[in-house]
Amino acid sequence: MNILVCIKQVPDTETKVKIGEDGKSIDESDVNFVLNPYDEFAVEEALQLKEAAGGEVTVITVGPESATSAMRTALAMGADKGIRLDAEDVRLKDSFSIARALATSIEELDYDVIFCGKKAVDDDNHQVGPMLSALLDIPCVSTVTQLEIEGTSFTATREVEGGREIYEGEFPAVFTTDKGLNEPRYAALKGIMQAKKKPIDVSDVQFPEADSVVIESMEMPPESPPGRILGDSADAVPELIRLLKEEAKVL
Amino acid sequence: MAEGILVFAEQRNGQLMKAAKEVLTAGYQIAESSGTTVSTVVVGDGVSSITDDISQFGASTIYVADDGELANYSGLAYAEYIRAAIEQADPAVVLFPADSMGQDLAPVVAAKLGVGNGSDVTEIQYQDGTVTAKRPVYAGKSLVNITFQQSPAVLTVRPNTYPPEEHPGEASVENLDVSLPDNALRVTARFEVSESERPELTEANRIVSGGRGVGSPEDFEIIEKLADAMSAAVGASRAVTDAGWRPYSEQVGQTGKTVSPALYVACGISGAIQHLAGMRSSKVIVAINKDPDAPIFKVADYGITGDLFEVVPRMIEELKNES
Ligand SMILES: Cc1cc2nc3c(=O)[nH]c(=O)nc-3n(C[C@H](O)[C@H](O)[C@H](O)COP(=O)(O)OP(=O)(O)OC[C@H]3O[C@@H](n4cnc5c(N)ncnc54)[C@H](O)[C@@H]3O)c2cc1C
Repeated sequence: MNILVCIKQVPDTETKVKIGEDGKSIDESDVNFVLNPYDEFAVEEALQLKEAAGGEVTVITVGPESATSAMRTALAMGADKGIRLDAEDVRLKDSFSIARALATSIEELDYDVIFCGKKAVDDDNHQVGPMLSALLDIPCVSTVTQLEIEGTSFTATREVEGGREIYEGEFPAVFTTDKGLNEPRYAALKGIMQAKKKPIDVSDVQFPEADSVVIESMEMPPESPPGRILGDSADAVPELIRLLKEEAKVL
Repeated sequence: MAEGILVFAEQRNGQLMKAAKEVLTAGYQIAESSGTTVSTVVVGDGVSSITDDISQFGASTIYVADDGELANYSGLAYAEYIRAAIEQADPAVVLFPADSMGQDLAPVVAAKLGVGNGSDVTEIQYQDGTVTAKRPVYAGKSLVNITFQQSPAVLTVRPNTYPPEEHPGEASVENLDVSLPDNALRVTARFEVSESERPELTEANRIVSGGRGVGSPEDFEIIEKLADAMSAAVGASRAVTDAGWRPYSEQVGQTGKTVSPALYVACGISGAIQHLAGMRSSKVIVAINKDPDAPIFKVADYGITGDLFEVVPRMIEELKNES
């Protein structure tokens, strides 16, 4: 089984956002970068599939040299090799450009299944997996929380408003992973040592001349005025309920 | 030249979704301010019956794909019909709700058209042929303004940002006829309805959330009772879902759901940056926490610095007395 996992390096979720000099992206000077949390589920699912069915796990990223560290995390978890499509400023690129870069590279590969995180926690776009499936003309099940695979058939479940959808289909397919699907493993020291020796192939990426969605500016959300402490016990409850009804008008 | 707005009118079991009504409203407002019109596309089995509902929201044309094979959602199949509607309507803007169906479908439609997608937008402007939008990034820690360089602009609209408004009118109905490619139905889905009577977290107008301060899965019952008294959905912090007290589907935050209800009540939640990221755009925030230094009070509109086991039961009682 040839299993591909698309990953992204992102600022960690503790990051206090400061707008950078370009006015369009964040100031990255004090930022700690990690493997996108949703991609950890994708890597874990790929590793479990490899353990069950055999084969090879390849992780692919579009990003600068520094994104190699996120890739090493995936390799330390147990992925076999990496492909980095070399590109600067990926945080300003729209998802369609990223999906096209990935699709162009993936078209050259033999693959049975592709995993992506459901979204990156920086741009929150929710797009790369579904777009990739459209470009490769294969089906996609997004935000998967349960996945069973038998040979090349799968049953995938995702939570939706008012219930759950259960999909049945055949590989090749793209799955985007949600929390709840699995418990990502930690990379053990041995894995970290081994990861250093695993191959990472670097190639140039051909982006289309223009993005179709462009970030013009970044701004901070409006500051909300400081709230009111109504009391330190249940005695404050009647006043709270009154304010919610009469002032805030939400009850 | 491309003109007008096309809205995907999401339905399930012949019911127009609340999120669809919101997006129809967004479409109507944009059309009004730019002097153009809204058309809609509805896809499913037996959906001809909901065209009346749709026409309450000001659409002039409704494209209908009604086919037994479309009873269950299938991204590839739905996308083909939506493309057919786009071909006929030639819109400048295509809107979907930013819910599980919209976020699965919009990127596929966009990529098939060879254009990008703006996700989860909270404001849209269409002026002099240019589409701009605002959207939260970093789970709402900041916002970006985006423009669309290609037509049509495909967007998903965040639930709860455009309250539904009715604009009854007459709409013409056009049936879509598409021959689906073989692979379009290769993934087939079934739908299982969840048993919960409570509103869906991302659609809810009110949410009551519990954190580690609630102490145990059993004690979560008081959170549920408060939610019921307020007709609210139940949410939780990650500490709670990680401990297995509540299902992950209830987690609010950067790696959980992003919510923006009219009222968010946080009980025994400290207000870690990742939690705030998912709920700070709620219109009114109430915090109940015994630690006066808890960061949740920095974003709360109203707070009580007390023991939730005293405060929450009192709230339930007050709400019951008054109704
Ligand atoms: C990558 C990553 C992603 C994350 N994503 C999320 C996310 O999506 N959502 C999320 O919520 N967190 C997320 N977190 C976790 C986050 O950092 C916090 O650990 C978590 O939000 C804490 O949950 P809590 O507030 O319920 O618990 P705690 O921080 O333990 O706070 C409990 C609070 O309850 C109060 N309390 C205790 N007893 C009572 C009582 N009887 N009455 C009143 N108050 C009481 C305490 O004063 C305290 O403030 C993430 C973390 C990481 C690293």
